[in-house]
Formats: sequence, C-alpha cells, structure tokens
Amino acid sequence: MTVVPSLTPPRARRIAATPGQIALALAIAAFLLMFLVLPVATVIYVAFTEKGTSTFTLVNFYDFFRTELFMRSLWNSFYVSAMSVVWASVFALPLAYLTTRFVFRGAAIVQTLGFLPLIMPPFVGAVAMQLFFGRNGSVNLLLDDWFGFKIDFMEGLNGVIFVQSIHYFPFILINLSAALRNVDRAMEEAAQNLGSSGFRLFRRIVFPLAMPGYLAGASLVFVKVFDDLATPLLLNVKDMLAPQAYLRVTSIGIADPMGYVISVVLIVASVAAMWLSARALKGRDYATTQRGGGGLAKRVMTPWEAVLGYGVVILILALVLAPHLGLLLLSFATIWSFSPLPDGFTVAHYARVFGESSVYIKNTLIYASLAGGIDIVLGVAIAYLVLRTKLIGREWLDWMATAALAIPGVVLGIGYLRTFYGVTLPDGTPLASLWITIVLALAIRRLPYALRACYAALQQISVSLEEAAENLGATKSRTVRRIVVPLMAGGILAGFVTSFSTAAVELSATLMLVQSNSDAPLAYGLYVFMQSAAGRGPGAALGIVAVILVAACTFLSHLIIERSQKAKGLGH
Amino acid sequence: MNAPVSLTTPAVSVDIEGVNLSYGSNHVLRDVNLAIEPGEFFAFLGPSGCGKTTLLRLIAGFNHADTGRVAIGGQDISSLPPWKRDVGMVFQSYALWPHMSVRRNVAFGLEERGVKRAEIDRRVEAALGLVGLGHLAERRPSQLSGGQQQRVAVARTVAVEPKVLLLDEPLSNLDAKMRVQVRRELRELQQRLGLTTIFVTHDQEEANSICDRIAVMNDGIVQQVGTPMELYERPANLFVAGFLGTANILKGRVIGSGAERCFEIEGGVKFPIGDGAAVPDGAALVFRPQHASLVEPAGSQEGALSLPCIIANREFLGASVRYGARIGSAEVAVDMPFQSGRELFEVGSEARLKLAQGALHWLSA
Repeated sequence: MTVVPSLTPPRARRIAATPGQIALALAIAAFLLMFLVLPVATVIYVAFTEKGTSTFTLVNFYDFFRTELFMRSLWNSFYVSAMSVVWASVFALPLAYLTTRFVFRGAAIVQTLGFLPLIMPPFVGAVAMQLFFGRNGSVNLLLDDWFGFKIDFMEGLNGVIFVQSIHYFPFILINLSAALRNVDRAMEEAAQNLGSSGFRLFRRIVFPLAMPGYLAGASLVFVKVFDDLATPLLLNVKDMLAPQAYLRVTSIGIADPMGYVISVVLIVASVAAMWLSARALKGRDYATTQRGGGGLAKRVMTPWEAVLGYGVVILILALVLAPHLGLLLLSFATIWSFSPLPDGFTVAHYARVFGESSVYIKNTLIYASLAGGIDIVLGVAIAYLVLRTKLIGREWLDWMATAALAIPGVVLGIGYLRTFYGVTLPDGTPLASLWITIVLALAIRRLPYALRACYAALQQISVSLEEAAENLGATKSRTVRRIVVPLMAGGILAGFVTSFSTAAVELSATLMLVQSNSDAPLAYGLYVFMQSAAGRGPGAALGIVAVILVAACTFLSHLIIERSQKAKGLGH
Repeated sequence: MNAPVSLTTPAVSVDIEGVNLSYGSNHVLRDVNLAIEPGEFFAFLGPSGCGKTTLLRLIAGFNHADTGRVAIGGQDISSLPPWKRDVGMVFQSYALWPHMSVRRNVAFGLEERGVKRAEIDRRVEAALGLVGLGHLAERRPSQLSGGQQQRVAVARTVAVEPKVLLLDEPLSNLDAKMRVQVRRELRELQQRLGLTTIFVTHDQEEANSICDRIAVMNDGIVQQVGTPMELYERPANLFVAGFLGTANILKGRVIGSGAERCFEIEGGVKFPIGDGAAVPDGAALVFRPQHASLVEPAGSQEGALSLPCIIANREFLGASVRYGARIGSAEVAVDMPFQSGRELFEVGSEARLKLAQGALHWLSA
C-alpha cells in the first residue's frame, strides 16, 4: 500500500468500503429496522387502518378528536409540559446564572446536586413529594397549624407539574450552564465598555448568547414531560395522553386502535418540539469562545447580593432534594401519615427489599448492563462507519439511531407488544413476553445518548494516529482494536454509564413489556410497591437502592474517565 | 454631500500614576507612570506576559490597580466601573455579538446611553461610513471577513465618541497583507478623529510604523518611553536594544584608564572607548548589524575601529546579506547591503570587522 501524503483530506483516501464494513453496516441497519423502525411503523400503520383490516382510514383520528376525554388529555399534556418548562426554568436560571457568573462558594456542589434528581425516576419522587407537599403532607400540616391555610402543590395537574419540573430542571441547568460558560468574556466586556451593565447586560448580551443552550434544555424538558407515563399514573392523573395510551392498551386490549392513535399524536408532538427548537437554533450556533479567556468574568458579590443569592440557591436545592430526603425518611419509617415526620423508624423495609425483592435488583443490573453493552457496541460501530468510511448511506445509520429520541417509551412499548406478540418461539411463547425484549427496548431507547458519546470520542482522535498504525502494517480491524478503541475508552465508558444509569430507572417502555414479576426490573418493582400504601416503605427502600446504584456507577465511571484522561495526558 | 456627522470630541490626556498590580505573588505591573498627550497615538509594546494588555484593561476598568491612579483629561477614573468610563476599547477578538446585525452592534453603545433614535441612526451611518462598511449594515458579523469584522469593531467603538480609544492587538487576527493595510487605515482614522489612542502590540514593526510614541514594557515595568526613532537609536537598556530590531550585545568589562581605557569582552578582544563616553560598571557593548561592516583582511585600517574576524555563517536576506562574524569567542551579526556582482565573503574565510566609534553604545547589563 502506498502512503498517501497527509495533505489529502482524511476521508478521501478511503475510496471503497471493505466487505467487513459493509457487513457491519448491514447488520446494524437490520437491527435498527427490526427493533426501532418496524415497531414504530406498525404503530403508525395500525393507527391509520380500520380495526382488524388493512384498509386505510382516518376514522380513528376522527374518533380521537371527537372524544372529549382525549381532547382534554391532549390539552392537559400540553399544559403540563409547558408549565413544567416554565417552572424548570425558574429553578434552573438562578442556579446557572449564579454559579457561572459569580465567585460562588459551593458552585461545584450546586452543579452536582443539580444532577441528583435525574438519577431517580420522577414517579418515585412523586410519592415522597406527596408526603411533604400533599394535602396532608408535612408542609401543609405546618402551614395549617401556624397560619390556618393549605396550598394545593400536589392537587391534580399541579402535582405533575411540580414533580416534573423538579425532576427535569437539570436538563436546562446543564445546557444553560455550559452555554454560559462558553460565552466569550470579551463579549460581555465589550458591552460594559460601551456602557451596559447589570440586568440590561444580561438581557441584551449574555442571555441571547446562551439561548441555544437554554432552548436545547427546554425542548428536552418539554418532550420528556410530554412522554412520561408513570408520574401522572402514580399521582392518579389519568387524563393526559401517555397514561391514556397505556390504559387503552392494557385495559381495552392490544387491538384497540385508540392507543395507537394516541401514540402517533405523542410522536408528532415530540418531533414537532424537537423540530421547533432545532429551527429556532438554526444559524445561532454561537461558538463564541475565542482565545484570550473564555467564560464570563466571575464577579464577587456584594454582601446583599450574597444573602439573596445564597438564599435563593438554598431554597431551590431544598426543593430539589425534598424528594430524596422524603424517600430516605420513608424507607426507614414505620408509619408516616398525617404528621410532619414519621412516627418511628425501622430497617425492616430494607430487609424485605434485599430478601424477597432482590430479584428486581438483579434483573435491573442484568438488563441495564446488557442494554448499555449493546448501545456502546452499536455506538462505536456507527460512529466509526460515519466518521471513518465512505460507505454510501452511512449517515442513515446515525439518523435512524438518533430518531429513537423522538419515540416516547410508551409508544415503543406498544409497538413491541403489537409487532412481536405474534412472533412465537418453537415452544409457543410469544417473543414479546421474553425478558430480552425489555433489554432491546431499553437499548434502543438509550442508543442516541451512547452514540453521541462515542461520536464525540472518535472525533477527538486524529486520523493520523490510525494512518500511522496502518503505515506500520496493521490492518483496519486491528487498527480499530489496538488504536481506536483504547483511545476512545473514556468516551465509550461515558456512553455506557449514561445508557446504564438511565436504563436502570426507565419505566415508560418496560411498563408495557413486563409480563411477570420475576422478569421485572427495579423501576417496575418500585411502581408496583408505590401503588399501595403498605408497599410505600419497601418501595422507598428500593428507590434508595436505585439511587445509590446509579450514583455509585456514575461516580465510579467519572473517576475512571478522569484517570484515563490523565494517563493519556489529555487532562490539564 | 450631506452634512457629515463629525464623531469627534476634544482630545484628552491619559495619565497613569504609580500603578502597581499583582495577582497573588505575581507582580504584573510595577510602578507604572505614563503621561499620554491629547491626540497622541501611543503604543504599549512588549513580549507576551509583559503586562501591556493588563495595563490597557486597567484603563478600561476591567482590572483594578493595587495602588496608583488613572486619570483621563485630568479627572481620576480609578473608581469608576467600566460602563461609566467612556473609553472605547476594540477587543483582540473583536467581540462582535453574533446575535445582532452589524447595525445593531454599532448602535448598541448609543442605545445604552439613551441617545434618541434619529441621532442613533445618524451616528451609526457616520461610524459605518467612516470605516467604509455602510453597505454591510444588515449583515451578521459571521458573514463578514476578518478585516471587515475588525472595522465593525472599530466603528462600534468610535460611534459612542469615546474620550480615548484603546486597541488591544487589533491586527493580530488578520493575515500579513491585511495587517499592513488595516494599520494604515487605523492611523488615518485616528488622525481624522484626533482621538487619543492607545495601541497594544507585541510587534515592533506595527508600533514603529503607526505610533507617535511607544512605551516598551517588560516584566510589568515600563522600560523606556519615546518615539520609535529615539528607542532605536538610543535604547535605555539591553532589553529595549534587543527587543527593537537586532542588536549585537557583547558583555565585558572596562580596563585601563585615560587614553588607554578600553572595553574587554570575553575572549580578550578589546574595544577602545572614545573620550568622555560614560561606561557603566558591568556594562555590555551594543551595536546594530547594519552599523558594522566587513572588509578584506588586507583592507584599509584607517579611521574606524577595525578587528580581525572569521566568517562563521552567512544568510541571504534579500536586500542584505547577514554574516555571523567571530571575534575572539564571540559572534556578532553584520549586515552588508546586497548588490549583484559584488563578491560575498565565504564561510570560514578571514575578514576585518569595521565599526564607527559613534555606532557603539555601552549599556548596563
């Protein structure tokens, strides 16, 4: 093989794909078609056909828009999602602004604690929030005692909004903080130099520059809340879209077209929200960090600003941590009802969880590990094919995998049920009832996150490192194994952990697919426990186990990534 | 022609008095004193890390001095925040806001000052006209070339009619050709507005070509202030001598006295010291490569100081040829004009180094 001068653009030299690459691409395409495209297509197909036949019809949609319950659900879903975005912004803005803009003691703690809600499924927090903020929760009992009134934090839709905004605000916090940190300091100084300061400076220069980050976070919150199934169900709010889809399919049956129509509406809403935010962001990718000091200049607060700043942050953090604290108390509580705090404490719930319910934990570890494993294998393969080969149509693999973002979990669950229930194994069990379907659904759901991590990792590796290996006689597959994958290790691990930890607490899709308790993962067990008053103690204990599990994994991977970065001299 | 908006304000002086600034144990500025005249084009010149940008940002109010004060037009502004100082700064990265059009970028400072809409429009037009970009007002900064962005940044700053114009390495993000053109434009603009201007650069050619006076800085200390010619001809110390242009610096000591007094460098070569020349203790001998010349070993020894040397190396620079000539254990650079047809000295050959007495300087080492 001749050595091509390094001036040639990196991609141009790979004229044709090797047979191995083609086979790999086809295998990935087949997997995605089978477990993502087919189930979703089935859902859409059923929604547009007459029940039991294959005739095209719009009558299902006509029924949907004529039914008062569905229209109310649609409106409620929009209302709850929009209000959750508003409240999530209210929580996220001060935290992001204060920690990036000022010299703020504990900025790292605020940013870390900000992530905390994400490692617990929102519906688990819902129960704890009931205990604190419900009609007879701690706060209202105290308010009633002292001032003689109560606030309906948790009544109906308010409860869903409250729980969701506390749960999902980190998406805005993370994206907005990153965007604020990327604003070139000179952008702000130029405005000050021209006479701008204070809130006007923030409104006219800083916030518009961070807008892309804010919109990215806000649209994510909107979609997540719109698609969430378990939180409204657990708060006994049934007139929202996702719960309606679930209830139709589980109570009326898999043949009822309404569940599918609702699924299509859910997909459309997701896609529309993402499209709108992408459109709003178009041409606004202000990568403004330039040489000479990135990030906003950090300012020292005056005493009054400090009092106000710390006050706001502590209040928000207290709110954010309330579900966790409540859950912790509940997991040790004997009885906790009509009182600000539990009557007594016990470890019996943990004993029960680790005894009879340990199957949930075991299943979760297996499912989430497998799903994470599938995701990084697919992620590395797709990233490699897209970035390093000239394979025709390779971008389609990326688009297909990423499209999973727009598919709500409940829709994927319904799709799997419908598509794979007819497929039976030799012994007669339907494919859809096997636990492996749960793993596949989880893998598909989390693939976009793992893919982005792998993509980023591969992009950072200079092509010349691979060329050097090939020049010294390594074949393509050996180069991938000995050079590319080791260099990507940090990114791959990050992708695995993201997949693993989010899959471990995922419920929307699994709620549909779990057929027996012995196959159920932790999130499902939590959901079952939380539905009865007697199960709340063990449920809370299980929730704490989940939180610790996910937190430990995240922390561990963080350590490993940091160490490997340092060893490779990539860190600072 | 419409009645032009002048965009000029009476020029003011900038006085920096006794400024010290440190970050922890890192002393960034040490007792800086500068008096910049009204309407002057003044440069802070020095290598990176010398404190020049820090000093500029101090004037703009983005850094705060531990001691000392900054006065503009005789008025102490040390305690004012950046947005009340009325000094216009053009940033090295230009810092054009990508979410605003060129017009809105330029109008920003006027809007912040509460200027009336009609007046804003007039002054934006005037400022963009001044830099020749009136036709690009509706573009986004990302749609402009580097040179155009630089001009927008200048227009945005002069539109508010600042008392002083600060330029932070304004040419560093341009390619070599644009740099020469833009620096001329900057000079013309400054002349037309009569605005007191401070220009930060690490490039001596930039500073020499457009500035009235230069403050050479190193290690947070102002080494010397003067016109470009003064600095080149009479550097105050070895740093200035070495930083501006190429200089031969030979360390040594004074021996003998009276008419026998001479300067001995390492290796034992002696240079006679002219009558009355003050030579400090522990001095170094300094001369420019073009102030020395080479002649054949057998050539005339009259008049100038003449020392035997050996040609150690030779570089062709275009207009001149630079020789490395070894005298004793030292090597000095000598520039000879290049003329086709004239023979060059070969590496390894012997020659004589000739120096006019007036070309020699002794500076404290």
